[in-house]
Amino acid sequence: MLIKILFNRLLQAISMAVAVGSLTFFLVRSLPGDIAYKVAAGRYGDDGVSTEAANAVRAELGLDQPIFEQYLNWLGNLFQFDLGNSLVSGLPVIDEIQHQLGYTALLAVCAVILASFIAIPLGLLAAKKPKKVIDQTSLYTSSFIRAQPVFSLGLILTIVFAIELNWFPVAGFGSTEFLILPVLTLAISLAAVSNRIVRDSAIKVLNSQYYQFAKIKGLKEPKLFLRHGLKNMAIPIIAFTGMQFIGVIEGVIMIESLFAWPGIGHALSHAVFARDIPMLQGTALMMGILFVFINTLTDACCALLDPRGEKVKQGENA
Amino acid sequence: MIKSFALSQKVGLSILSCLFIFAFVQGIFDSTSAAQQNLSNIFSLPNSQYLLGTDQFGRSMYARLGSAIRLSFLLCLLCVFSALALGVSAGIYAAWAQGWQEKVMDFIANTILALPGLVLVLLFAAIAPGSFVVLYLGIAITLWVEYYRVVKAISKSVLASSEIEASRQLGFNWFYIIKRHLWPNLQEQIFTLASFGAATAILTMASVGFVYVGLKPPTAELGLMIVELFPYYADAPWVLLQPLVVLFLLILGFNLLAGKLK
Repeated sequence: MLIKILFNRLLQAISMAVAVGSLTFFLVRSLPGDIAYKVAAGRYGDDGVSTEAANAVRAELGLDQPIFEQYLNWLGNLFQFDLGNSLVSGLPVIDEIQHQLGYTALLAVCAVILASFIAIPLGLLAAKKPKKVIDQTSLYTSSFIRAQPVFSLGLILTIVFAIELNWFPVAGFGSTEFLILPVLTLAISLAAVSNRIVRDSAIKVLNSQYYQFAKIKGLKEPKLFLRHGLKNMAIPIIAFTGMQFIGVIEGVIMIESLFAWPGIGHALSHAVFARDIPMLQGTALMMGILFVFINTLTDACCALLDPRGEKVKQGENA
Repeated sequence: MIKSFALSQKVGLSILSCLFIFAFVQGIFDSTSAAQQNLSNIFSLPNSQYLLGTDQFGRSMYARLGSAIRLSFLLCLLCVFSALALGVSAGIYAAWAQGWQEKVMDFIANTILALPGLVLVLLFAAIAPGSFVVLYLGIAITLWVEYYRVVKAISKSVLASSEIEASRQLGFNWFYIIKRHLWPNLQEQIFTLASFGAATAILTMASVGFVYVGLKPPTAELGLMIVELFPYYADAPWVLLQPLVVLFLLILGFNLLAGKLK
């Protein structure tokens, strides 16, 4: 079971890497101009470019070989994690990504923790008395926030807290106060989805026969919930945490660009803007790997917690 | 069909209809152009000539919003119908054929699912910056997988049922089986997916526009308008508010219309 999950996910990661590599290879070939001259210009500076230099580069990188061989070489380099140098900064892509990954991870982990602190209590509270005040308020607020694109939400928070109230800096990076607005934006948009999922799975457990039975046989509240409720809610909650991290990966592209946070998402949108293809390939690949990795982790945790192999609905459209 | 809608779905439909009417009334009756600049009249308040005021170049916000809404509707219709056609037919085919055909299509779907949708669209956006067609292709490719997976899962269980067995033995052809047995089981889910898909398409185009790698100025596109107007927040907050509200209403409308996923 577990082996099969891991194998399938590995296969998925490899096919994703080949797809990203092929797309970017196609991208490089479709750019105007002779690639050998461009690489030479990148290496020796614009003044150092000559036909000899370009020919030397052509021979060295195998640009004179048939296109199919070049394609295989390109993929070969990809699987050795030789991602080339950024066309903008000239630094190796792999170093830049390692650097950015730390910042993105910081943002993502803080956001998921904060979102969980909002969503789990709120969801449980709403589940206690379905269709009453708290439940309805959380339903309407969540729908309202979900209809906001994450960047609109960020913009509104920036306007309120940074421009009008002047509590936090608008954008940038440095001390902790720069972290607050991006984390808050991401956390609110995540919690808007996940508090409803916590609520639904909690209601399902609270209404189940085994829970009702435990209640009737006379168990009191803290023990009843801790012993019979929480464990049964664990699987949906783990699935939902995994889903949150997945939401973060998409959100991070927008949030980092909005708040000028030096992470992978920011790098990706900049790479598209500057047509920095090695960087584009590297960042897209990294996000794909993160994506598959989180999915694998979620699947594995759920399989370990519930070996019956019951499929947990991940609520992809929620 | 509308009669069976829940209240929230009716609200969603009304919001979308209002936006649709707004955009088309503007397109037909309004003489101002979305690109016409008037630098001596920037950030004017709403008046009889400019119903919603003007932006940083003195362009009519009414005309720009109308044009942006039409663009959003056009994109989401194109994306949803292409994704729906591809996803539903691939899903039914895979469930029907099984064997290697299903494996191949699962493999393709899994490859696409391994990338966050926005990353794939950004990769496509890099191929041809500012191209509507490429943006449409990128979004449609990320959307069809969802239909494929849902349709395949439902079709598989329906195709294994005894009604289908009977239909087949009576000699009905595949078209009849799809129309009579599969489609009634699928249509509700497909409607929900299409609604969410439309919201995703609009959101993705606005997101790509917001990070400035989507359609290029002077196109009136909601994400692009927001990012262009943000620096002028202090001068004209009401102008910035307009595209924000329209985008919100579009997504809210489609989210409400989708109803509950069963």
